[in-house]
Amino acid sequence: MIQVNQVSKSFLTRKALSDCRVTFEQGKITGVIGENGSGKTTLLKIIAGLLKPTKGTVLIDGKHVTRRICQRLAFLHDQDYFYWYFTVGELIRYYDAVYDDFNKEKAETMLLFMNLREGQKINHLSKGNLTRLKMVVTLARDVPYIILDEPFLGLDPMVRKSIIKSMLQFIDLSKQTLIMSTHEVNEVDLILDDVVLLKRGQVIAHQSIEKIREYEQKDVVTWMEDMYQSV
Amino acid sequence: MNHEFNRHKPIYKQIMEHICQDIVRGTYEHGDKLPSVRDFAVQVGVNANTIQRVYQELERDGIVESKRGQGTFITENEERINVLKEEMKKEIVQRFITDMMKMGFTYHEMMTTIEEEAKNDDSS
Repeated sequence: MIQVNQVSKSFLTRKALSDCRVTFEQGKITGVIGENGSGKTTLLKIIAGLLKPTKGTVLIDGKHVTRRICQRLAFLHDQDYFYWYFTVGELIRYYDAVYDDFNKEKAETMLLFMNLREGQKINHLSKGNLTRLKMVVTLARDVPYIILDEPFLGLDPMVRKSIIKSMLQFIDLSKQTLIMSTHEVNEVDLILDDVVLLKRGQVIAHQSIEKIREYEQKDVVTWMEDMYQSV
Repeated sequence: MNHEFNRHKPIYKQIMEHICQDIVRGTYEHGDKLPSVRDFAVQVGVNANTIQRVYQELERDGIVESKRGQGTFITENEERINVLKEEMKKEIVQRFITDMMKMGFTYHEMMTTIEEEAKNDDSS
């Protein structure tokens, strides 16, 4: 379980998050949604121990988050951060050497699934294939927590579909918990359990998607727009 | 199962309905094994928790049975499947009647149209 307690974050004079309180339950896929600049990436980075909150605390399984949480948490950045001169195979071996929890067999299965070949050079990969590769090295780690920051940014629908499929195939919700940010919620609403809605650095709602459909008879996008207007 | 979901209705209910239709249609027979939760989730493109819930609700309704370590199966209880058929038939007919009544048609008018349609279908 991930508990975010009264977390605020300022960058110099700009307030990115203010007084965020939210709990992410075990074994669920939660989407962190909201317009650009609402604080999604900042919140995820704080949970992953990559940023320190100005105020408040984050607890994962009851323990305070530090940078060392990366042993139990895999984080997929929205930016590219690979050694461009590596081949796909070299990157897999690099991850295997760096992370004790890296499951090389799973990575190789995923490469096949994603139609990637070990000999391909990273700087020759298309944007779609680069995202596929990022997904491979992130999901191939046997960790209890996975955080994906805007995994679908700038991808065409075909690639998006194959990546969503790989998530369904390779994430084990009986052992893993997933949080992902996206501003294209209508692309992923079928695979989410819950949504956390951010507006101007605040958590304005946390709801189960099936409940939104069942009790409000709304799709998630309409619900989000209604919430934005009412708060 | 290849279709678009209605985003205003719970997905688990839509999948349950689909499985029930497949049972009534005979695509699934009593005792048939359903795909594993994971496989079904990947096939349909929804979260595994959603499929888990579908199987749980269907089990509660007595339509499927989960056998430890083996998977989930359509019930062997034919009586239950017959009841399901009746339930689904009634539901559709009731929905039809409600819609027709909203437009002001009487039972007699509905019956006449249905009989005419049935005749047309027979002769063609």
